[in-house]
Amino acid sequence: MTQDAMIDEWYPVGLVSRLDGNGRKTALMGEPIEVASDTDGSARVTSKGRVLPVRVRYGHVWASLGQPQKELFAIPEADQPGRRFVDVGVVRVRCSPLRAVENFLDIAHFPFVHTDILGSEPHTEVQNYKVEIREDADEVWATQVKFYQPQAARSASGGITTEYMYRVPAPTCSVLYKTCPPRPGEWDVITLFVQPLAEDLCDVWPWMALFDDESSMTDLIHFQQTIFLQDRSILENQIPRLLPLDPGMEIPTRADLTSVAYRRWLKRRGYTYGAQLVAQ
Amino acid sequence: MKLYDYILSPSCYKVRLMAALAGVKLDIRPVDFHPGLEHRGPELMALNPAGSIPILEDGDLVLTESSAILVYLAAKAAPDWLGGDAAEEAARVQQWLSFSGRLTASLGGARLHEMLLRPGDIGALQAQGIAALRELEAGLFEQSLRGQRFLVADRPTVADIACFPYVALAPDGGVSLDPYPTIRRWSRALRALDAFIEMPGIHRLHELKPEPHIESGEA
Repeated sequence: MTQDAMIDEWYPVGLVSRLDGNGRKTALMGEPIEVASDTDGSARVTSKGRVLPVRVRYGHVWASLGQPQKELFAIPEADQPGRRFVDVGVVRVRCSPLRAVENFLDIAHFPFVHTDILGSEPHTEVQNYKVEIREDADEVWATQVKFYQPQAARSASGGITTEYMYRVPAPTCSVLYKTCPPRPGEWDVITLFVQPLAEDLCDVWPWMALFDDESSMTDLIHFQQTIFLQDRSILENQIPRLLPLDPGMEIPTRADLTSVAYRRWLKRRGYTYGAQLVAQ
Repeated sequence: MKLYDYILSPSCYKVRLMAALAGVKLDIRPVDFHPGLEHRGPELMALNPAGSIPILEDGDLVLTESSAILVYLAAKAAPDWLGGDAAEEAARVQQWLSFSGRLTASLGGARLHEMLLRPGDIGALQAQGIAALRELEAGLFEQSLRGQRFLVADRPTVADIACFPYVALAPDGGVSLDPYPTIRRWSRALRALDAFIEMPGIHRLHELKPEPHIESGEA
């Protein structure tokens, strides 16, 4: 019942650059699927012989087990000239797909988990920021997020106060817009695309669209992999495994406003695959 | 000295850690191991036909086995880390350097499978990893009975650096360290060394908080 709302969503299932004719066996929400390139080179995703709806966008192949009512969300920056597009590569995490997204939306852990990169003590304060559920676009947005960062990006030299905007356009995807050190006035785009394998297991496909003419592609990949692998061990130890949508043992603070809005939006839309519905 | 390096590789981290502890400056050449599989490309295969990293280049010398690289760095810059010349101590260093290969094959294989989706028999890899951890726990406990905190002596050697990364990252491959108190103490002693550096998944030691102030008469 509650799973239905998420069944019609788009999910990342592989890198376009690594498609091949042999196909790759993976899973989507408990269903085995196979991702392959067709004889004409186009992406083909099947589940038990059934051909699934497919999109090829943002470096990844996207598929849905149901009948998507909406087109895959737009990232206009993906078509902007001068950006470099970075396929960071898959990382598997033994956690709820919703927890992976929620962690990505959190700023308060930066000084403690990403020490000397995205944060440092004593600069631990999360200043006030704005959060809203935009009803027209059906997305969660957090804006005017500011944080002091020792090395905000591969292209940053020295500490800066970075400004962030977070956007959740789909239940297992988040897009982060972030101060772009070499190009003031533009935003770097860093995404977290999450493929739900099961309610407590996911493949995470980070992807970026950056202005950075200096760093090598490998350096850009390694910077983002470093950040995400610092999160991974923490995600695998969160309790309960599923994301609680009802208040229970947890007491959110002001810094958690984005998480509160994300959970509220998930509950309202019936996006509950990977969620714990009744507080325990 | 040039190190062909991958930030998430525990074997490459051994080299970075040993270099930091020995005060050696490395020229890092990042390798796109994942997702690019650059270590299997023509440039690196020409340098190391085994198709593995780390690779250390120093002039004409090319080393592709991490234990050999650790010994080279220590011999060049920090000979104390090689262990003593006495027969027993020298043999123990070699024993654990060889043993570290089992950790790479088992715990390292489980980690690659669980994290980066590399193929493998996960049940067998985890079982072999647990067998190796039990052996390490016993070895470290016997050392503690001799009054020694590290694998070979009461000071760290290349043997400790060779074994530490895959052990510390065992949980990445679904193998818990909870059952091994002596391993956890040893890991803490290594992380407390001056000039220790971390890698993703191995967190630095938190600063010890001041002693809680206990009011007289409260207890």
